[in-house]
Amino acid sequence: MRKLGFSTIMLWVGLLFLYLPMLILVIYSFNASKLVTVWGGWSGKWYAELLKDEQIIDAVFTSLAIAFYSSCMAVILGTMAAFVMTRFRHSWAKMTLSNMITAPLVMPEVITGLSLLLLFVHMADMIGWPTERGMTTVWIAHSTFCAAYVAVVVSSRLREVDRSVEEAALDLGATPLQSFFLVTVPMITPALVSGWLLAFSLSLDDLVIASFTSGPGSTTLPMVVFSSVRLGVSPKINALATLIIVAVSLVALIAWYIAHRSQKRSLARMNEE
Amino acid sequence: MKLSALKRPNGRIFTIGVPYLWLLLFFALPFLIVLKISFSSMAIAIPPYEAIMQYRDEVLEFALNIGNYILLMDDSLYVSAYLNSVKVAFISTLWCLILGYPMAYAIAKAPPRKQTILLLLVMLPSWTSFLIRVYAWMGLISDTGLINTTLMSLGIIDDPLRIMNTNTAVYIGIVYAYLPFMVLPLYANLVKLDGSLLEAASDLGSRSLHTFWSITLPLSKGGIIAGSMLVFIPAVGEFVIPELLGGPNSLMIGKVLWQEFFNNRDWPVASALAMVMLLLLIIPIALFHRYQSRTMEAGS
Repeated sequence: MRKLGFSTIMLWVGLLFLYLPMLILVIYSFNASKLVTVWGGWSGKWYAELLKDEQIIDAVFTSLAIAFYSSCMAVILGTMAAFVMTRFRHSWAKMTLSNMITAPLVMPEVITGLSLLLLFVHMADMIGWPTERGMTTVWIAHSTFCAAYVAVVVSSRLREVDRSVEEAALDLGATPLQSFFLVTVPMITPALVSGWLLAFSLSLDDLVIASFTSGPGSTTLPMVVFSSVRLGVSPKINALATLIIVAVSLVALIAWYIAHRSQKRSLARMNEE
Repeated sequence: MKLSALKRPNGRIFTIGVPYLWLLLFFALPFLIVLKISFSSMAIAIPPYEAIMQYRDEVLEFALNIGNYILLMDDSLYVSAYLNSVKVAFISTLWCLILGYPMAYAIAKAPPRKQTILLLLVMLPSWTSFLIRVYAWMGLISDTGLINTTLMSLGIIDDPLRIMNTNTAVYIGIVYAYLPFMVLPLYANLVKLDGSLLEAASDLGSRSLHTFWSITLPLSKGGIIAGSMLVFIPAVGEFVIPELLGGPNSLMIGKVLWQEFFNNRDWPVASALAMVMLLLLIIPIALFHRYQSRTMEAGS
């Protein structure tokens, strides 16, 4: 009984450790004082100033566009890979694919970024494309590493769903393509949505890989934040950070809610049976 | 034979082929290029390196420059950067485990309804921006930061605690940023633990601490390995945390690679640094993969 008490205390200590720094950051974003550590009363002026900063606004739209296209591509690639991993017979091709798709999960970002940049330089040299680095090259880089996360999310869902329905569809004369889109996809939609949202927030958040693979004119939001954070703490960045925390938490909560609801439903269905 | 049956192999080849080709081109091939560049020498040109193979005056020249690797071994800066990275990553992983294991244990033992909420609370910070989580600590631990100003105004200390720009700051940053990645696999493992085993142990007179050491801990080995690798591997190559919290004194290999590439524009040395880092990480990565593919293919 005492041990349970210890681990519960540690849980709350850990949660406090996780949330306190961000809470303080959010509070200080409303600080009227220009000095970041001196409290000068409540104010929203840093938010107003933020909206006037064109560099930041531009970067927000660049980041959102890249994140949107990357997460779409990541869902396509990740779902295909997840399908191979859960539905195909064991083969050499399947084994190497599952190794390659999950490798970016733990690969240090500097290595991924450097290797992709060198690839793009070589491709430009050999086939004349890409002529310059920009949103397309960041899109390729982000799609690749986000696909790893999508594959993990989708494959765990694919493993859960009832395969007899898919088999029945095939027996009744559906083509594999029809069976996939009419039977499998509706069953795994929640996983696809939460995989997409996860990829979206990962792409939005990435600094290192984007720094290597982007070019002039495609500066993403983390790159702007990083270059100003390097100079120290500023109330304007506190305000921006607060907005990012709120936005990303909302997206994450939606993703979690969708995944959670579908899980509860399938559990309820299992109990009925 | 029906037409659909005939078509099936093409569909299969397409399904496996598209992600396969994509990853071959954008994941596997880049590593070969890094390997190649690591053997070339730097040049003042665009791109800033010399080709390994050259055809000149009817002679095919093939020059393999191992100078970059010799430089890495000779220069104490690089050697100590590697050693420091491994040390920092190892100690941070240990702290994550010490803090994360009881957390995961408490969540796994909580009532099922509370488990999902607690898990969400742990995971939520990891979905918000990494950069901003590291930035949040800058305002807390710097010499004029909140911790120091508060402690000084309370009269507990006279001089500010030097935390910023030390390895301690890097430990705090890594533990803070990676803790959720330790808790999640540990929880997934602990929650599957068979409660009847623990009951049997306590029925047979085993003390709770003894039960923990002899049953719970060995059975959660898979979770410990997965969580530790999820923290250790990225931490070795970490760039943002040592750059922002560690200051100019903290020597970590990810930061050195970044500087060689962006500041010195020495692509061959940056590539060699990446190859040696990969070599260091090959065993941890293999360990993680064995665990990951086992969980991904289980039950299929």
